[in-house]
Amino acid sequence: MIQTATAIKNETADRPFPLSQVNKETQEGLLDDIKIATRDLNFYYGEQQALFDNSLQVATNKVTAIIGPSGCGKSTHLRTYNRIFELYRGQRVTGEVLLDGQNILDANCDVLELRRKVGMIFQKPTPFPMSVFDNVAYGLKQHYHINRSELRGRVETALRQAALWDDVKDKLNQPGTALSGGQQQRLCIARAVAVEPEILLMDEPTSAVDPIATARIEELIDNLKLRYTIVIVTHNMQQAARISDYTAFFYQGRIIEFGATKKIFTKPDNQQTQDYITGRFG
Amino acid sequence: MKHRSLFARRSIDMAIRVLSSLAALIGIAMLGWILGTVILKGYSAINWEFFTELPAPPGMPEGGLANAIIGTLLITIMAVLIGVPIGLAAGVWLAEFGQQSKTAEAIRFAANLLMGTPSIIIGVFVYVVMVMTTGNFSGTAGAVSLAIIMLPIVARTAEDMLALVPSALREAALALGVPRWKATLGIVFRAARTGLLTGTLLAIARVSGETAPLLFTALNSPFWPESFNEPTANLTVTIFNYAMSPYDDWQTLAWGASLLIAASVLGTTIMTRGILWYRSR
Repeated sequence: MIQTATAIKNETADRPFPLSQVNKETQEGLLDDIKIATRDLNFYYGEQQALFDNSLQVATNKVTAIIGPSGCGKSTHLRTYNRIFELYRGQRVTGEVLLDGQNILDANCDVLELRRKVGMIFQKPTPFPMSVFDNVAYGLKQHYHINRSELRGRVETALRQAALWDDVKDKLNQPGTALSGGQQQRLCIARAVAVEPEILLMDEPTSAVDPIATARIEELIDNLKLRYTIVIVTHNMQQAARISDYTAFFYQGRIIEFGATKKIFTKPDNQQTQDYITGRFG
Repeated sequence: MKHRSLFARRSIDMAIRVLSSLAALIGIAMLGWILGTVILKGYSAINWEFFTELPAPPGMPEGGLANAIIGTLLITIMAVLIGVPIGLAAGVWLAEFGQQSKTAEAIRFAANLLMGTPSIIIGVFVYVVMVMTTGNFSGTAGAVSLAIIMLPIVARTAEDMLALVPSALREAALALGVPRWKATLGIVFRAARTGLLTGTLLAIARVSGETAPLLFTALNSPFWPESFNEPTANLTVTIFNYAMSPYDDWQTLAWGASLLIAASVLGTTIMTRGILWYRSR
């Protein structure tokens, strides 16, 4: 996974998509594998265009934060990575989303397998109306032929990964909806990691939970990035600064600036980024 | 500018309150009156024979409506088996797939029209399509006409109940890589199960009092229901026939049947409420 800087540089040079939106320092310092790359992504809600020529790279086993004011297209961008937008009529996308080099927007991409590889956590916790155990087992049973004892083991592992095992080990048969908000959100994380994804998409995962639960989830994200590539949409700039390695600033459907989080939050190249992170708008 | 007088405001308030309370009282009193009459006139018919015996000729004692009770149960069960799956499937299509498309709007409009169609028209329709072509009245035709009445009720309530399921839950299921049909049946149905059950029970309550569609289809019979391909005894047509008859004991049986239907509709409705109440706790 970790490659030498020269190898990466060469690969970077060969990359078929423009890096113009990546700021210079990050371009030179791109020492990571690229897990997801979007190229000229345009998104439409019916006639209305919501994303304009988004080109972005997401580094393997890093946390990439997407920030920007409400309605700037953060979630819309994220929702192309697992094609979940296709649930709704009139929403369509052009361009490419390359996952390990494969364009997932291609018609013959297996959406079910894509969504196993790309898990998603939503703004509001969404426990299924079933027991804690079944919540986690649901996706597993969908993707794998698995016997009962192995299932129990997998569910436990997933709950441990989501730092929820100790909270729920005695109430696995209680309904998932009976847990607290923060626990529900971690249950959703356990459910997502149970199917062994490669990427976790998080759409404002802490905006509906209290500060203590938020802190726990942030800590969890820090551990999860050892195994998964994480893309998180957040309203909370402090959160982005705390947990992410790279940050993309979106404004009015365009990626204004993308780079190492440290750089974006200390000396961004773009005036709009500067204005946003210092709280002058948004 | 002068203030409006306190007295005028208070008296208008009082007048409106009294009038609306009266209107509500009239409504409740009507229900009480109807139920009271049915109970008073019907309870004397309710005895062991009522549930176990075939109807007796006028003048004979110990006649019952067991055949009509069983016939109504069978016709209703068959109507549920035909109408509910189709209705649910239509509701699923409207809520999950059709959404706001032109086709979905057209189907919604058609369902509303069907819901407002007088049931006698549905009875006549099934008479033409099933009774005239096969040459005999049948329980099947009765069940089909009741199923047609249930169909739009089940479809629209199912659609409404499915639409109440937050889209985040749907997205969460799909985001795990679950196919759409599985997410709908496994997660969305489960989340909406109380509402779907309620819709079905309401549709049953609605058709259990229908007479006109059965008059043209299942007709009636003084015998035990043995086959769905012959006229089948049922409570509502029995009420219609017996209430019009000149015989006192038949009229009493009709009241008894009315009481039974009223009680079962009331029971179904209360059960529905109970389920909703229990689930919302």
